Amino acid sequence: MVLQLLLNGLIYGSIIALGGIGLTLIYGILNFGHFAHGDLMTLGAYLAYLFTVQLALPLPFSFVIAGLLTAATANLLDKILYKKLEGRDSVTIMISAVGAALIIRNLILMSWGPQLKFLERGIEMPLVFFDGLLRITRTQIMILILSVIFVTAVHLFLSKTKLGKAMRAMSDNTALAKITGINTERVIFWTWFMSGILTSSAGIFLAMDTHLIPEMGWNLLLPMFAAVILGGIGNPYGAIVGGLAIGISQEISTMFIAASYKPAVAFAIMILMLLVKPSGLMGKKV
Amino acid sequence: MTISGLLSYLIFFLTFAGIYAIMALGLNMQRGFAGLFNIGIAGFWAVGAYTAAILTKSPSPNHLGGFNTPIIISLLAAGIFSAILAFLIGIPTLRLREDYLGISTIGIAEIIRLIFTNEAWLSYGVRGISSIPKPFRDIFGQYYNLSFLALVLIVIAIFYYLSEKGIKSPWGRVLRAIREDEEVAKASGKNVFRYRMEALVFGAFMMGVGGALYAHFTGFISPEAFMPMQTTFIVWIMLIIGGSANNFGVLIGAVITWGIWTGTETITSMLPAQYVTQAAAFRVILIGVFLEIILLNMPDGLFPERKFKA
Repeated sequence: MVLQLLLNGLIYGSIIALGGIGLTLIYGILNFGHFAHGDLMTLGAYLAYLFTVQLALPLPFSFVIAGLLTAATANLLDKILYKKLEGRDSVTIMISAVGAALIIRNLILMSWGPQLKFLERGIEMPLVFFDGLLRITRTQIMILILSVIFVTAVHLFLSKTKLGKAMRAMSDNTALAKITGINTERVIFWTWFMSGILTSSAGIFLAMDTHLIPEMGWNLLLPMFAAVILGGIGNPYGAIVGGLAIGISQEISTMFIAASYKPAVAFAIMILMLLVKPSGLMGKKV
Repeated sequence: MTISGLLSYLIFFLTFAGIYAIMALGLNMQRGFAGLFNIGIAGFWAVGAYTAAILTKSPSPNHLGGFNTPIIISLLAAGIFSAILAFLIGIPTLRLREDYLGISTIGIAEIIRLIFTNEAWLSYGVRGISSIPKPFRDIFGQYYNLSFLALVLIVIAIFYYLSEKGIKSPWGRVLRAIREDEEVAKASGKNVFRYRMEALVFGAFMMGVGGALYAHFTGFISPEAFMPMQTTFIVWIMLIIGGSANNFGVLIGAVITWGIWTGTETITSMLPAQYVTQAAAFRVILIGVFLEIILLNMPDGLFPERKFKA
């Protein structure tokens, strides 16, 4: 029972973590909460649905194309909206992101309707371990492996490449990064791009594990923010740890409280963190 | 449409616009004057609406109720419950950056929705609470809608007066000073947390009362009837179009926005029934694009904040 919940939490947590990495980098670099992040995730999932199910293309191909298109959308939002609002107070930028979120979600609703959709037809038989104590599908194993690969790639990118280091530097201290001659425009562009790819992948994983609905990403926004705050705003490693912690706590919580209140767990952890240590587990300042 | 038909539609329109205007006045106190980021308006609204419904209804086997409270008490209680909620959410967030309050208000709105959806003993779950009493219906009979509009206008007048009075007082000056530069206000010995909390709580009180009026006017509420994000968003548009930190502008913004919102409904209702979901989604897209255009091109709205002389 606990084992199964841990596994479910790990899968769910990986999805939150992948979305959270982009959210926290945007937060750190551009200094605002990107409230449309969840709906970019939904967009990635529906684009994958379009290519895989409606156009019958192979899933790996759809996965890449959906990621690129979601990244392009993120860059477009930055270009036509957030960049133009630069210098205005952060609440204005955040409410414009809420607007963008509603526009994206309703475009999806208009194009694909409110019904549940599935990326894969048919029911997949899970592999059973320990006399039925643990059930896992092949899809879930793949999600876990791919998540580990993605997180490793992000780590290598952030720690080994010049662009990745610049990203972390900017997220850490934007003014200082500018003085040292970092091309901030370029860093901002690639931050949106990478966030788009990661959040789209998270959305597709969620769709593969469960199903698609227009609210899927929006429902993950609060857990993602909770993960970001838990790990410390601007810290991508914090977001990964935070995401896994939130995912696992939400699943384990069902042993003690009604499953329908699962979404409240992320919120409770976040409030607790704000009360105890607002800078997050791995952050420094607020 | 006949003259009387037109007139009764106008009364109906103004009542809804007025209820939204109360929300917008509440948001203006929070965002306009204190710079607070509340995107969980629907949560405060719902608390007010459910408080009023549960208090005023006669006993029902389906949910908590049977207190038969008079409307004036229910309006006050709705405001108070909503204010308490704001107080609780303010404690962990108001000392931090504005984004934390924003994220937390989304969370609280979601939890409120979960509670009203799952706790059937309290609110009859997704089926919602129906036949909420319509105050003074017996007295005014066919003029009931008109009398309700009068009630809404009275509430607006009271909140408008209190807001203006507050904002022109020394209290309001400190509040605006905090919004402009928190550090300066702190340096001059002001308790920033307390002032922010007061603005948050006062704004939430208005939202709660607005929710109560909504419940009484429509007679039916359910967790989904609010379309949470949409409701919150529309109130924000009212504020931004009218002009943040200008109460008069916000009232005008409420009427204009409600006009556009119901206007798009009139257009989309002409579409065949199978397109109803698409039409509803399209309306939200339109109003979303509208907001972005206003944000980009008219940063101060129609009525910018008045500059006060020192």
